[in-house]
Amino acid sequence: MSAALDTEAPDTEAGVAAIVAAAAAAREPLSIEGNGTKRALLRPVQAARALSLRNLTGITLHRPQELILSAWAGTPLPEIEAALAGHGQHLIAEPPDLSALFGTDRPATLGGVVATNLSGPRRIAWGAMRDHVMGIRAVDGRGEVFRSGGRVLKNVTGLDLCKLLTGSHGTLGVLTEITLKVLPAPPAVGTLAVPVRDLAAGVAVLSAGLGSPYGVSGAALLPAGAADFGLSGPVALLRIEEFSEFVAYRLRRLREELGGTVLDEATSRPLWRAVGDAGLLRAAAADAVWRVSVQPTAGPTVAAALRQAFGARLLLDWGGGLVWAAGPATPKAHAAVMAAAAASRGGFTLFRAPEPLRAAVAVLPEEPAPLAAIGRRVKAALDPQGVLNPGRMRAGL
Amino acid sequence: MIRLPDPKPEVLARREEIVAALHAILPGDGVISEPLRLKPYETDGLSAYRQPPLAVVLPNTTEQVAALLRYCHGMGIRVVPRGAGTSLSGGALPLADAVVLGLMRMNRILEVDYANRLAVVEAGVTNLGITKYVEADGFFYAPDPSSQLACMIGGNVSMNSGGAHCLKYGVTANNLLGLKLVTIEGEVFEIGGRHLDAAGLDWLGLLTGSEGQLAVVTEVTVRILRGPEGARAMLAAFRSNEIAGQAVDAIIGSGIIPVALEFMDRPAIHACEAFAHAGYPLDAEAMLIIEVEGSVAEQDLLLGKLKEICTRFDPISLRVAQTAEESVAIWKGRKGAFGAVGRISPDYLCMDGTIPTGELPSVLRRIGEMSEQYGLQVANIFHAGDGNLHPLIMFDANDPASFAKAEQFGADILTLCVEVGGCLTGEHGVGVEKRDLMGVQFTAKELDLQRAVKSAFDPDWLLNPAKVFPLEGNPAFAPTLPRAA
Repeated sequence: MSAALDTEAPDTEAGVAAIVAAAAAAREPLSIEGNGTKRALLRPVQAARALSLRNLTGITLHRPQELILSAWAGTPLPEIEAALAGHGQHLIAEPPDLSALFGTDRPATLGGVVATNLSGPRRIAWGAMRDHVMGIRAVDGRGEVFRSGGRVLKNVTGLDLCKLLTGSHGTLGVLTEITLKVLPAPPAVGTLAVPVRDLAAGVAVLSAGLGSPYGVSGAALLPAGAADFGLSGPVALLRIEEFSEFVAYRLRRLREELGGTVLDEATSRPLWRAVGDAGLLRAAAADAVWRVSVQPTAGPTVAAALRQAFGARLLLDWGGGLVWAAGPATPKAHAAVMAAAAASRGGFTLFRAPEPLRAAVAVLPEEPAPLAAIGRRVKAALDPQGVLNPGRMRAGL
Repeated sequence: MIRLPDPKPEVLARREEIVAALHAILPGDGVISEPLRLKPYETDGLSAYRQPPLAVVLPNTTEQVAALLRYCHGMGIRVVPRGAGTSLSGGALPLADAVVLGLMRMNRILEVDYANRLAVVEAGVTNLGITKYVEADGFFYAPDPSSQLACMIGGNVSMNSGGAHCLKYGVTANNLLGLKLVTIEGEVFEIGGRHLDAAGLDWLGLLTGSEGQLAVVTEVTVRILRGPEGARAMLAAFRSNEIAGQAVDAIIGSGIIPVALEFMDRPAIHACEAFAHAGYPLDAEAMLIIEVEGSVAEQDLLLGKLKEICTRFDPISLRVAQTAEESVAIWKGRKGAFGAVGRISPDYLCMDGTIPTGELPSVLRRIGEMSEQYGLQVANIFHAGDGNLHPLIMFDANDPASFAKAEQFGADILTLCVEVGGCLTGEHGVGVEKRDLMGVQFTAKELDLQRAVKSAFDPDWLLNPAKVFPLEGNPAFAPTLPRAA
C-alpha cells in the first residue's frame, strides 16, 4: 500500500454512498480509510482506489448533560478530545495516539479508531471503544445508507450492528457518523509504581490492584522500566483517576498493601499516554509489532515465549492480559506469536509490519469453521460485491 | 393483539413421532409433552400472551442441546430458547409448532477465577446466583435487572439485560468475555474467550441482545468485579418533573457519576409508599434516589456535593442515608415498585423505552395527556442517568377492551420515545411485544440488513421466529419452508 493510490475524499455522506455504489456496479474494490494513519495494520488491501473519509468532518451533536457526542467519521480525534475537554469530559476508552508507532504526523480520525476498535489503558476498567459506540450511520457495500443504535445510552432494539461494524476494519460498511457515550473526566490522577522481581510477580500485583475496592483504572507492567520516568527494572503500575481527595487516599491504601512509590499527576499523565501509545515498547523502525490478548495471568507466559523465540521487546497492559511485542518482521517470529497466543487460548493481531509479511501470514487467528462460514455470509449480506476493504482482515474476505 | 404465525401443519401432524424422537435424544425426564405439564411454559413475563408449545426439552449438557437442535433443524421444527421465562417482551413466548428449549437445568457454575476476575457459568445459572457465589470474597457480577433473583444469565445475554446500576457498570454486553454457542445446525463453538477484545469481528457484541435469533447460548464467561468499599443512597424530592430533570442535568454536569440515579413520578411515589412504607414524600411531584460508592469519607464528600446541588433546585425534602440500613430503606420502595403497582391495579404493562434525558419533562407531560385520553393510569420509573423510561400502564386483563387500550397506549409511548430521539427498548428487548413497532425506528433497508444477518446464522428461520422482526417479509411466516433434510 502506498499513498499513490487514486483517492477520493467526499465531504458528504451522499458522496460516500455514490462512490461505493459506483464501485459496486463496477465491481472495483475500494480501500477505506480516514487519514490513512493505520495502513500498516493487518493485511494490505488489494484495491486500485481509495475512499477517504478525511473530508467528512465535524461534531454534529454534543449534549454534555446527556453524556452523548456524535461526529462525522472523518473528524480528527484531537478535535473531539478538545471539544469534550471544554466540558470536563473525555473519551471513556482512552483511544491511543498511534501516530508515532505508525510513523505518521497526521491525527487518527474517529471513524478509524472505531473501525479498528482501539482502546487504551482504561479499557481494563471502563470498557473498550466498542462498548461506548451508541449509534452509527454507515454505507453498506451497495452504496446504501443505514443506521444502527441511536443517540441514547441504553438501547437493545434489534440486532446490534454497531458492535458488528466496530472493529470490522471497514470490511462490512463505511462508517459515516458515530455517536459515543462520553463521561466526565476525573479531575485528578495518580499512580502507584511497584518494582517487581519478574513478570509473574508483576501480574500478581496488578491482579491484587484490580481485585481491590479502589477502582483502579490502569494496570500495566513495564518489563524494562521507563528511564524517561525514572523507573527501572520490571515495574507494575496501578492508576487511580478520581477526585483528588480520593486519589490520595486510594493510592495510600494500595501502597500499604502492595508497597512501591506514588507518582504524582505530572508524571502520571505522560506515563499513561506512553503506555497507551506503546511508546514504552520502544519498537525499532524495522520491527514488526504484535498485540496478543490473553487472560491476564497468561501474560507472563506469552512474554517469556516471545522473549525466548526472538528476543521480543515487551509491554504489558490491561492487567497483564494485553501483551505488546516488537521483534523481527519475519514469518518465523510471527509463527512464534501465533503459537504463544494459541497455547494460552488467546488471540493475536499483527499490528504493524512491512507489507510482504502482512500479505504472507494470517494477521488474525483463524475462526472455527462454522463461524467462518457465518462470517462469509454476513460479509455477503453487507457487501455482496466484496468492494469494501477486501482482504483487510482475512484473505478472500 | 399481536399475531403469531400459523403453525406448520406437517409439524403438528407428526407430534407423536417428534416427541418420541426427543425422548430418544434426551432419556429420562427431560422431555415434557403432557398438556398439563406444558402449562408453566405457555407464557413468560408478558403473561397476557399464552401459547402452549409442541413440547419442552430440558437438556443437561451442551452436547444434548446440539443433538436436539440438529434434530429440529433436520425436521424443520421451530425452536424457542428459554431461560427462567422472565422476559417482559414475550421473548420466550412459545409457538404451537415449536419445541421450547429450556436451559434451566444447565445451572452449574463451572469455574471462578479471581486472579483473572472471571467466572464460567452455564446458561441456566441465575443472575444473582453468580453474585451470591462470589460475594463472600468481595466480588459481584454487575448487571442487576429487577428480576435478578430468577432470571438466568443465558437470558441476560440474549436480551442484553441492564439494571439500575448500568450508568457506571454498563449492561450485559459490557460485562462478558466469551460464549459457548450452538447453532441451529447443531454446531458447537466458542466466541470471545477469557481475554478482552478477541481479535476479529465482534461476534460477542452481535450475539449479545440478539434475542435468541442467531444461536443458543449454553455457557457464558462473565467478568466479575471487586465491589467498592461501600455504598450509600440519598433521596431528593422536588416540586415538578421539570425541576427534578434540571437537578439530574446538574448532577451529571458536576462530574459525579452516581452508581444509580433513579427517578420516580408522583403516581410511582404514591404506589410505592402505600406498598412499602419507605417514608417517601407524598407531596412531591418527582423524586430521585441517588447512590454513590466509596469509603465512608468518600461517600460523605459525594453526598455532600449532591446535597448542595439538589438544594439549588428548591427541594421539598432531602434525606441522606447515614448508614447502610438507611440506604436499604430508601431503596425499599423503588425495589418493590412492580409489586406496588400490581397491588393497586389488577394488571399492568411494563414499558421500556429510552429517551434523551433532556426530553424527560416533555415526555412525561405527553404521557400524562395520553393517560387521560385512554382513561388508564400510568406510573413512571426512570433510570435518569441513562434515559431508560419504564412507564407502568395499569389495566384490567379480564376486560379485553382495557387490554387493547393499554397496548395501544404503550405503542403510543414507544413511538413518542422514538420521535424525541430515543428508542423502542432500553433493556427488555423487542420480543413479540414491540415487534410490530420496529418500522417506527428502522427503515425497510435497515430491517432487511438485520434480517440478512439473522439468515446468515439461521437460514431457515427456525430459531425463535415471530420475534423481533415484523411478520411481513419474515421467511418464518411463509406457509411452506424448504426443509433442509
